[in-house]
Parts: sequence; C-alpha cells; structure tokens
Amino acid sequence: MNKKVLLASLLAVFAGSAAAEEIVVYSSRAEQLIKPLFDAYSKETGVAIKVISDKEGPLMERLKAEGSNSPADIFLTVDAGNLWKAEDMGLFQPIKSAVLNGNIPANLRDPDNNWYGLSVRARTIFYNKNTVKPAQLASYEDLASPKWKGKLCLRSSKNVYNQSLVATMIADIGPVATERMVKGWVNNLATAPFGNDNAVLEAIAAGQCDVGMANTYYYGRIVAKNPAFPVSPFWANQAGKGTHVNVSGAGVVRYAKNVKGAVKLLEWLSSDKAQNMFADVNFEYPANPKVKADALVASWGNFKHNLINVKVAGSKQAEAVMLMDRVGYK
Amino acid sequence: MSFEPQGLKADNPPFDFRLHFSMPSVFRRWRWPLVALLISLLTLIPLSVIVLSSLTPDPVIWQHLLDYALPELLNNTLWLVLGVAAGVLLLGVPLAWLVAVYDFPGRKHFNWALMLPLAMPAYVMAFTQVGLFDFSGPVQTLLRAHFDNTRWFPPIRSTGGLVLVMSLAFYPYVYLLARNAFSTMGRRALEVGQTLGLSRSAGFWHIALPMARPWIMGGLILALMETLADFGTVSIFNFDAFTTAIYKAWFSLFSLDTAKQLASLLVALIFVMVVLEQYARGRRAYVQAGRAAPLPRLRLAGARAWLASGYALLVLVLAFVLPFGQLLVWSWGALEQEWNEALFGYALRSVTLSMMAALMIVCVALLLSYARRRDGGALVRLLARVATLGYAVPGTVLAVGIFVPIAWLDNVLIGHFFAGQDVTAVLKGTLAVMLLAYVSRFLAVGYSAVDAAMNRITRSQEEAARNLGYSGFALLRHVHLPLLQGGLLTGVLMVFVDVMKEMPITMMTRPFGWDTLAVRIYGLTSEGVFDQAALPAVVLVLVGLIPTLLLSRQKDVA
Repeated sequence: MNKKVLLASLLAVFAGSAAAEEIVVYSSRAEQLIKPLFDAYSKETGVAIKVISDKEGPLMERLKAEGSNSPADIFLTVDAGNLWKAEDMGLFQPIKSAVLNGNIPANLRDPDNNWYGLSVRARTIFYNKNTVKPAQLASYEDLASPKWKGKLCLRSSKNVYNQSLVATMIADIGPVATERMVKGWVNNLATAPFGNDNAVLEAIAAGQCDVGMANTYYYGRIVAKNPAFPVSPFWANQAGKGTHVNVSGAGVVRYAKNVKGAVKLLEWLSSDKAQNMFADVNFEYPANPKVKADALVASWGNFKHNLINVKVAGSKQAEAVMLMDRVGYK
Repeated sequence: MSFEPQGLKADNPPFDFRLHFSMPSVFRRWRWPLVALLISLLTLIPLSVIVLSSLTPDPVIWQHLLDYALPELLNNTLWLVLGVAAGVLLLGVPLAWLVAVYDFPGRKHFNWALMLPLAMPAYVMAFTQVGLFDFSGPVQTLLRAHFDNTRWFPPIRSTGGLVLVMSLAFYPYVYLLARNAFSTMGRRALEVGQTLGLSRSAGFWHIALPMARPWIMGGLILALMETLADFGTVSIFNFDAFTTAIYKAWFSLFSLDTAKQLASLLVALIFVMVVLEQYARGRRAYVQAGRAAPLPRLRLAGARAWLASGYALLVLVLAFVLPFGQLLVWSWGALEQEWNEALFGYALRSVTLSMMAALMIVCVALLLSYARRRDGGALVRLLARVATLGYAVPGTVLAVGIFVPIAWLDNVLIGHFFAGQDVTAVLKGTLAVMLLAYVSRFLAVGYSAVDAAMNRITRSQEEAARNLGYSGFALLRHVHLPLLQGGLLTGVLMVFVDVMKEMPITMMTRPFGWDTLAVRIYGLTSEGVFDQAALPAVVLVLVGLIPTLLLSRQKDVA
C-alpha cells in the first residue's frame, strides 16, 4: 500500500493540479484567430482558457485515445465536414442551450445539438475585373460550360472546402449532374490545380485565368492590404439554391470536465459582442444573423445563402472525394 | 552503469550444470541484443500501433484507391524518388569532393555555407520557390513586362520542379556525410592511387567513391526517407505522391485504418530498401587508411577553379540565397504584425528542445552503433534497422502511433492511482515523453552519422586497446569516442536542425504552452498567410545556423 501511495504522489508531481475555473479547448482553428477572443473572455469572467492547437485529424485521434481522461472541454474546428466526423466518432455530447439555439440558425448547427457553427464563410466565384463582366457569370454549374475553356483556376480537390462544396452539390442536384459539372471544371482548367486559395486568387489577378473559386476570407485578407487587387467576388447560384456556405464551429467534448463552463463559453461566442470579434478578425461572416459583418465584408453585398444543413458536407464528403477522383480532378 | 557482470562467475560451483546458463552468462551473451531491443522499442511500439490496429481492409475504399489513385501515385512516387536520388547525389557528392580535396576561390566559405539549406524546412523552401517562379510570381511577372507571354517558362508546379526543390532541400544530408567520408578517408589511400598512376579525378572514381559508400548511402537513404514521408512539400505542389493517398484516406475518406495500412506498406517498402542496401554492402570494411592527417588540397587553377566556384555558388544561390531572400522580403512586410516578444519565446523553446533532443538522440545512436559493433549478429543489425524506421513514416501518422500507447498507459495509471481524482494526464504532455517521441522519429539521422564514423575504426585499434586492459564502456569512452568526434558532431548538427523543423510530433506531444517556431509557422501557413509565416521562418533558419557555424569553426571535418 505504501508503495502505491508513494508512486501516486510521485506521479502527481508530473500530473499537476487544477487551479481556479479553467476551460480546455482543443482547436484546429489557427491560434492567432481565436487567442484574442479567449483573452477577452478571460478578462471579462476570470475563467482561464487553455488552448491546445493541432490539425483536426490528430486532435480527433487524441480525444479518442484519451477517452474519459481527456482534459478537453471544447473541440473547435473549421469545416462542417470535420464537425460531422467528430460527432460520428462520438466525441461530442448534446448541448442544451436556448441561448445557442436562439443565436445560431438551424442550418448552421447539428440537428441533435452536438455542435454549433460560430462563423460563416462563403465559397463563391471570383473573376478578373479587366477580362470578365459579372453578367457572364451565373453558377458553379455554369463554370463547367465550354465558354470557360482554358480560363478556370481551381484549388486542389484534396482541400476540404472543395470537398464540402461538391458534397453539397451532390445533395442539391444529385450525383450524376454533379459529376458532369466537376468533369466540366476539369476540362476548363487553365493550369494544374493550386495548393491553396490565395494562389487561385493571385493567378486570376495575374491573368493566368479569368475565373475561379475561393473562400471569401482569403479575398478579404488580400484586399485589406491591396484595395487595387483586380479581382471581384460574384455570388454564385443566386437564381437557384444560393451560394455555398460553410462554418467554423465547436461542440462540448463527451467527457468534458467543465460542461457548464464550456456551454457558457460557447454561448458567449455566439453573442453579439463576441460574434464580431470571432468573424471580423478573419473577414468571415458572423453566424448569428443579428450581428452585422465587418465593413469590408459587408461591402461585397448581401447574398442568398444555400440553406441546406452544413452537416451534409460531412455525410457526403467521402462520396464527393471519390467522385472527384473518378473525373480526374487532382 | 557498467553492464559487465564481473565477479559473479567465481561463485558458481563448477559441477552445477545449470549454473553455466545462469543469468550472468546469458546476460553477457544477450546484452547487446538487449540494448538494441530496448532502443528499437521506441520505434517498434508506435509502428505496431500503426500496423496491428488496422488489419482488416475496407473493401470500398481500397477498391476506389486501386482504381483511381494508387497506380498513378506509385508511378509518381517512383519518379519522385528516382529524381530526388539523382538530384541529391549530383549536388551532394561532387560538392563534398570539391571542398574536401581541392582548393578554389571561396572554398573555405562554401565549406560551411553549403550546409545552410539544411536549416530551411522543405515546405518553406517549397512555398518560397513556388511563390518566386509560378505564373503570378515576381520572376514571370518581370519577364512578361519584356516579352509577350511566359508560356515558354518551365512550370515550377510540375514533377521536374518538385524534384528540383526537394533535391535542393535534401542534398545537404549527402553533402555533409560525404564530406565527412572524404576528409576522414586517410591520405594513404589516395596516395597509393597516385603512385599507381591514377589522377585525382580517377582516384575519385576508383578509390574515394567506393570508400565513402556507407556515408553516401546513409545520406541518400535519409534524403529518400524524407521524400517518401513528406506531405507538406508535395501538397504545396499539389503533387500526388504516396503520402497523398495516406492523408486522403484519413482526412478525406475518414478512414484512419486505410491510412495506417498504406503507411505500413510504405514502411515495409523502405525497410526492404534499407536491408537490400546493407546486404549489397556485405561485410566489406571501410576503415581509415593511414594517418588521420587530412588530405593536402590540390589547388585548382584557371577555368577549372572558376568552374568549381561557379557550381558551388549556383547551388548555394538556388538552395539558400534566393528562398531566404524571398523570406526576408516577406518578413519585412509583416514585421509589425509578427515581431513581438512571443517570437523570442518560440525561438527559445525551439532551441532548448532541439538541443536536448539532439544530445539525447546522438547518445542513443552511439549506444546502438556500439551495440552493432560489439555484436555483429544479424539480430542486432536487424534491430538497428527497425529502430531507425521512424524517419520514414509520415509525421502525422507516427504522431498518432506515439500518442495512442501513451494515452493508454495514462488511462491505466489514472485508473490505478488517481481514480475519482481530478487528474487527466500523468505521462502525456511531459517533456520526457516528447523527447522519447523525437528519438523514435530522428534516430535514423543521428545513427547514420555516428554509425558511418564507427566504420572508420579498425579492429586492430580495438584490439590494441583491449590488450591495454580496456573493455566494455571504458573501451567506448577511451577509444571510440575520440575517434568518433567528427561523426558525433555531424549527428548533433543534423538532428538539431531536423527537430527545429519538425511539426506533427511537436504538436501532438508538446507540454502545454511549449509552442515552438515550427508550431507558429504551422498556425500561419495552415491559414495560407505565407508572408506572415516568413518572419518565424527566418528566425528558424537563423537559429538553425548557429550550430552550423559553431561546428564549422570548431572543426573543418565536422
């Protein structure tokens, strides 16, 4: 018995002990984007927030391996596909919060309340202002038409945002029409797909291609530095179901030690004052519809969102990836 | 500390048959295999987690990968490996030979400067080179101002471009080790060649190259392991390599099991490659011929001198000056945003961790190499190979393989000792675990430097010391250590910069708050803000240069 106590106290030296109230967040959203927000919350409430950042894949494996001994209270990530996967792996617990249900629209959260979207990013069409008139543009499907042959730039199909877009299209227009559309995109490519959205926007600006697709915040970061950037956004599919939107979001971890604190933090993140901070730092749209977007973001105009639940990005992701592989979208 | 079971044998009664097989003699027989086994466990455990936890293949995903991904990926990977192999050899070996045996303008500076690209992570090299040479980059933009178009410009985002960038990033492994081989070869070998009428360049082909083979192959294998395990660089090029399939299975098709199966195949492939190389090398010895005195350098004159300088300069500019210059330009733009006291914290933690890991890994590598030396049996050699396989596993996959058993052990410990208490971690998140994880990742790097140097020590040197009464670890300390100095320093340097650049294992195992430069760079590049990532990258390169410069000053052969 004595040995056991001795060993336990020895181990306790390594294990450390909990201080005042603390919330541990596992996050794959870049630290520089969430740190200011958490600092503000700590200042306001005195609650300490510990962030452990990594890629979403390793973080989910980490939560799984730690099981009931995980220190994590909240898992925060980008892309609904990842949130769906975390839920699928049983890493979340349902949240009961009237505040969150009131602040976050139904299409931006899990129907079973396992996770909530906290900021919205639109993935839409961008065009070179010198060579393309907005009247020539219409929809994602239209980018597959032969008139854009040799004029389209795309990011890699390995990117989760493209996978989510295609997954949503499968749900909206069916797998056959989606496959035809993606095949058309591949035929129209001006150059091999790029490694990131920035490169797509730069290529459009440099004239390597006329049109492409990117998330709005990549464009926001560029024009914030260079207002003369010769590229504009075009809101896709306004005559149809609306522009594809995705979320960054979070849920409470199944074995959270501080469930109450975690829910409170999520409620605060969905509130008016935090929503602006959450979205504006990255030129995203607030998930809470009562909150206005940043002035630069708002200057791109209002648009119709595709109101399909973002969860579909996850449930149809594997199907989308296989479809893109079949038509040779790299 | 000594493993010598001295004084125990005398107590054994001579007639007791069983006691001839008592612990001490068994231990004596098995002590080196035991040492090798303990070391290789650090890699074997994570590898087993990867291989064993995923034995049933998912038929739908495998069929899809076989139909649409694997044939092309394997083809791509084959060309990539062949290309990078040719690239690092063509860059590394001639440069090492030039600076080791010739004198030409700038030789003294090229000697150390040619190591510099080692300090730059391959993915950073990739995003700067793509940024410079792609259609929208400054080079082509400038060209378009003078010509109608740049359609004739070779595309950087191509197999050729990727091979070039990876060769520029990885040639220093070959360069460092080959230079070490050439300068420790001993002058007598080449002198014998000269008396037989061989010119110095003929001596290169017939004497130096064969004698440097373990070093060159060691460097080549490191470069190829990095190439095969790389994900960051290929994803910037959007090049579909074997790792692409691994990450596609995991992140896109949500099948970590398929990813593990693919990773197991990759490791098996590399294991076969390494064993074949060793088999082909056979039991030849690569000891030093004659005194340790360095070769007298042959002064090159005229066009040949300038050709040598020109080649070294060209490689240096492409592999270091250009990408580093681009980083500096970008950092200048993001200076206000990124230059703050946090940056010093990242740098300090990077250096501390890398230094601790480098020392630890080189010590373990020395022990392993010594075990192989003392017990030449197949088992120890096999274990030594297994122990160094961690370098070939894609980092994120290995990180999971490391974390899972540690989390399991923690869960057991917590269940036993802290049940019902507010404890969530015992071992995970400690520096000790992090350092052990680095050993399983980077042992190959330290080992290739130390083991190659071990080859230079002759059996007769050991015999002489033994006759003087040295044995066991005393022998290692008084005979091997002084002779291994150059190899140990090379090992420390290479591991130091490699740990600085490492991301996935650092992210997965770091104690809370231990954010390093690489972690910061990841945070910024994951959001695509490469120009903001430039400043921490510049600091990473500069800090990585410190040991490079210190070592090159201390010893020409380092």
